[in-house]
Amino acid sequence: MRFHTPKTFEQAAAIAAGASGLTRFLAGGTDVLVQLRAAIVTPDDLIDLKHIPGVKDIARTTEGGWRIGIAVSGAELGRHAGVCADWPGVVEGMQLVGSTQVQGRATLVGNLCNGSPAADSVPGMMAAGAMVSVIGPQGNRAVAVEDIPAGPSRTTLLPGEVITAIILPPRGAHGGDAYLRFIPRTEMDIAVVGVAVNLRRDGARIIEARIALGAVAPKILLVPAAAQAIIGTALDAVALAALSAAAIAASTPISDKRGTATFRKDIVGVLVQRAARIAYTRAEGASA
Amino acid sequence: MSKIHVSTTVNGDAVEFLADPRDTLLDCLRDQLGLTGTKEGCGTGDCGACSVQLDGVLVCSCLVLGAEAEGKTVATVEGLSNGPDLHPLQRKFIEHAALQCGFCTPGILVAANALLTQNPDPTEVEVRYWLAGNLCRCTGYDKIIRAVMDAGAEMRGTH
Repeated sequence: MRFHTPKTFEQAAAIAAGASGLTRFLAGGTDVLVQLRAAIVTPDDLIDLKHIPGVKDIARTTEGGWRIGIAVSGAELGRHAGVCADWPGVVEGMQLVGSTQVQGRATLVGNLCNGSPAADSVPGMMAAGAMVSVIGPQGNRAVAVEDIPAGPSRTTLLPGEVITAIILPPRGAHGGDAYLRFIPRTEMDIAVVGVAVNLRRDGARIIEARIALGAVAPKILLVPAAAQAIIGTALDAVALAALSAAAIAASTPISDKRGTATFRKDIVGVLVQRAARIAYTRAEGASA
Repeated sequence: MSKIHVSTTVNGDAVEFLADPRDTLLDCLRDQLGLTGTKEGCGTGDCGACSVQLDGVLVCSCLVLGAEAEGKTVATVEGLSNGPDLHPLQRKFIEHAALQCGFCTPGILVAANALLTQNPDPTEVEVRYWLAGNLCRCTGYDKIIRAVMDAGAEMRGTH
């Protein structure tokens, strides 16, 4: 295994594009090192991205959103007052990943690129409408987070492509988001079901919504039908019932050691209502 | 396979070692530097026995490559005591009998020290959540939590 420490993303992409064997990018390492030890993935070239300037930075975009560097850890994200105020659902999803020790290293981009259908930070990013900046042999492109997962442990990124940042859009007025997951204990577990809701209100009425579901399909899903179920409503009982039904209908879970498919479908219908209520309440106070 | 020369600072001392690119920081601490206080439990970031601070951040050293320590500062359990004078956390762990087999203890001491450094007066709930990634199969945790709370109180001078 060769260990590389490029100083620019262009160099990192060039190393990956020129590699003949297996390549992995290293940011927090909380998945890569586990796979290395278990001999699931033994890269020929391991490319540490943390020597590239700016990868630890969180900065306002000119549009009023946030640009989050690829090596920003969960702990660092959680300490950033601006992102926490604008996108609490994104932050609370990331902060559910692993222990204090894992939070010291784990990153949003790593969670996304690991490709787990149960990744806790990904539904929040999808619901928020986050984009990733990508650099590769064909040049730069911006990709919506929902277009990155391709299935368990797989992404749509092409050989030689690397994500250079996550871009969260401006929060805007009267918006709120929330992430909830179900696990059978209080801490240190993998989501049986995860749900993120992001919405905007005009008075009591919901005028925009994006809803993402985790651990109920081969990849994390953005579910427009669930969003449509609450847009135009004041999140009354009828809207909540329609929301629940839409989330259940979109779910195609498997049965595994963490829960049966039937249980997961039941839970997604409950959690999506709870997350919507939290987002709706948060939107009432949000003006940033 | 070529080895990587790594210069880093461990417990205040400048050290150098040669790391295979696949070696974890845990491997390097134990096998290259002889610092065997840091333990390998699971090796996959689940148990916390290998906890160290890397540039002041609490991490599992099994999830850090040795090569990543280049130019950084590492703090292990060996750096907690001041010569023969035990750190308050170490004394309180003995007083409260907060260990049985002791294998998880170095990681918990390092993790608890990181907590008390940034939050000198944590609630019991905060201590329990902070240490959720440190598994102990002997004690049932209560004595550990009491020892950490008591050490915090002593360090704040509220005894």
